[in-house]
Amino acid sequence: MAFLQLENLTKRFGLQTAVDGLWLGVEKGEFVSLLGPSGCGKTTTLQMIAGFVEPTSGAIRLEDRDLLAVRPAQRGLGVVFQSYALFPHMTVAQNVSFGLEMRGVAAAERTRRVGETLELVGLGSFSERFPRQLSGGQQQRVALARALVIRPRILLLDEPLSNLDAKLREEMQIELRQIQRTVGTTTLLVTHDQAEAMALSDRIVVMNKGRAEQIGPPYEAYERPASPFVASFLGKTNLVGGVAVRPERISFAASGLAGTVRTRIFQGNHWLYQVETSSGLVTVIRQNTGQEMPAEGAAVHLEFPALHEARGGGSQDRRGPKS
Amino acid sequence: MTPPSLLDISPATRLGRGTRTPYLLSLPALLLFASVVVVPLGMTVALSFHDWGQYKGIVPVFILKNWHEVFSDSYYGEMFWRTFRIALLVTLFSAVFGAPEAYILNRMKSPWRGVFLLVILGPLLISVVARTLGWALLFGGKSGLVNAVLLSLGLISEPLPFMFTETGIVVALTHVLMPYMVLAVWAALQRLDPQVENAAITLGAGPFTVLRRIVLPQAMPGILSGAVIVFALAASAFATPAIIGGRRLKVASTLAYDEFLNTLNWPLGATVAVLLLLALVLIVFGANRWVERRYAQVFG
Ligand SMILES: Nc1ncnc2c1ncn2[C@@H]1O[C@H](COP(=O)(O)OP(=O)(O)OP(=O)(O)O)[C@@H](O)[C@H]1O
Ligand SMILES: [Mg+2]
Repeated sequence: MAFLQLENLTKRFGLQTAVDGLWLGVEKGEFVSLLGPSGCGKTTTLQMIAGFVEPTSGAIRLEDRDLLAVRPAQRGLGVVFQSYALFPHMTVAQNVSFGLEMRGVAAAERTRRVGETLELVGLGSFSERFPRQLSGGQQQRVALARALVIRPRILLLDEPLSNLDAKLREEMQIELRQIQRTVGTTTLLVTHDQAEAMALSDRIVVMNKGRAEQIGPPYEAYERPASPFVASFLGKTNLVGGVAVRPERISFAASGLAGTVRTRIFQGNHWLYQVETSSGLVTVIRQNTGQEMPAEGAAVHLEFPALHEARGGGSQDRRGPKS
Repeated sequence: MTPPSLLDISPATRLGRGTRTPYLLSLPALLLFASVVVVPLGMTVALSFHDWGQYKGIVPVFILKNWHEVFSDSYYGEMFWRTFRIALLVTLFSAVFGAPEAYILNRMKSPWRGVFLLVILGPLLISVVARTLGWALLFGGKSGLVNAVLLSLGLISEPLPFMFTETGIVVALTHVLMPYMVLAVWAALQRLDPQVENAAITLGAGPFTVLRRIVLPQAMPGILSGAVIVFALAASAFATPAIIGGRRLKVASTLAYDEFLNTLNWPLGATVAVLLLLALVLIVFGANRWVERRYAQVFG
């Protein structure tokens, strides 16, 4: 039995089914992401675990005990909300301290743990500020510290990085992963950003219309998508002759499928091509190695990897799962 | 980006710095303000320094007689103290009943919220006089409806004292002014992120703790600004204390009215009116400054 177990979890809002028979086991210390398009039921799933939404049917078990029988305030979970939901009338230190007060932790111990946790998220010198005197990224860290300081059994994160700009988001992803490794808290993250889910998680749950389409390590889901939906949601995919091929696996060569470059987009570390061929429009991604690349309108030939490799059939290249 | 609306013409952006246009545009309003507020006010202040006698009438001289009388005769001190005691109690009761009312209103779902908002604001559409007379009809002496029923049931032997009492004025004024408190608190609550309450719950707070430590402090600026409005309106209210308190239980505004229209001692009435205005301005501005300073860091 896994640490956290969702069993046939279902939630209906009237006629609409938001979460549809979800089974999921999360191991202790694991980082799992719920990934899917808007409206697929990610937030609803998280809210059922947190206790703000009552499941229509199914069960949630934490450490083999029925979590649904426990009141939200007693569940001992750390939740980071999308809007951060900091207490605007309290300082950073008071925000972080609140959960410890509720647990009756003595003042001295409280001060020590608040300081420790703020240090962990890199906000040691901000403890006397009010939330509105902080940047978005800093508020995000306070929310994380507030959730972590109570040493929650599970950390629930609902799109915690979606309000940050691209650069900061990337930094926070790395930091979040490091913090999670340090503390070792079992973590469930909700996101619609496939890059974020893949960067952070031990396993991802790709959700579609309330159902889990695939549960597995990011590398596996990317290389061996269980359904066309998963393939198209996790990065770009070409369907060439009925076979799904990732654009970065196709290269320009002297011979192969003939085509004409329709568009060429420079994206810094790589080039993104749309090539018109006899089997339709093919997307090609090439690393920017500093070499001359085919221009728009140029006639090119596309080389495809061997069939088993195109599906990623077990070839362990440098993008392997454990880096 | 929202399209620019007519409402956000800020002089600095639309007209460039240094032009006189904004001042010219506000001239009509300024003129109106000066002619109907500043000038009469100045005349009232001047009036308070004039002399008056039963037979000589108003004598336009500069003396401190009226001010001296108001400050030395304990009758006036008592009357002002009563005025502010009533205003304070009305403010207190408005907050105690109005703030929870606003909280409940804020948590209601769509159709009911509209209905109950109308129930709360509806009385504002009825004249204060009518609303106060309603209280008088219910509690006025032996024939007041409530008193009559209670007396006939034998629950009381004497009619409940209401007319000509401070209690009566406080009850009726609270009823009249509570909508302002509800609106002010409701406005503050609407800015509240509902997830913040959930965050407190996940951290282990019970419902009462969430109210006391999370909701109340955030509603406080609304309660305080509502309190300033209610206090000012209660201290300067005329119709309600005039109907309930009558000639027997006077507050500052009814006293000034009586001096002007019954005794015809305009200078003394003006002194009372000016003093009431000064006290109110001081209290309201002081409270406002305090609220702003207290909450600037937190809510901006
Ligand atoms: N309180 C509610 N009442 C009715 N329908 C709801 C409610 N909450 C969610 N839903 C519906 O359930 C479905 C799943 O919603 P949910 O918020 O879980 O989606 P999500 O995956 O978190 O999407 P997003 O990425 O946009 O946040 C949606 O179709 C939504 O409209
Ligand atoms: Mg969501």
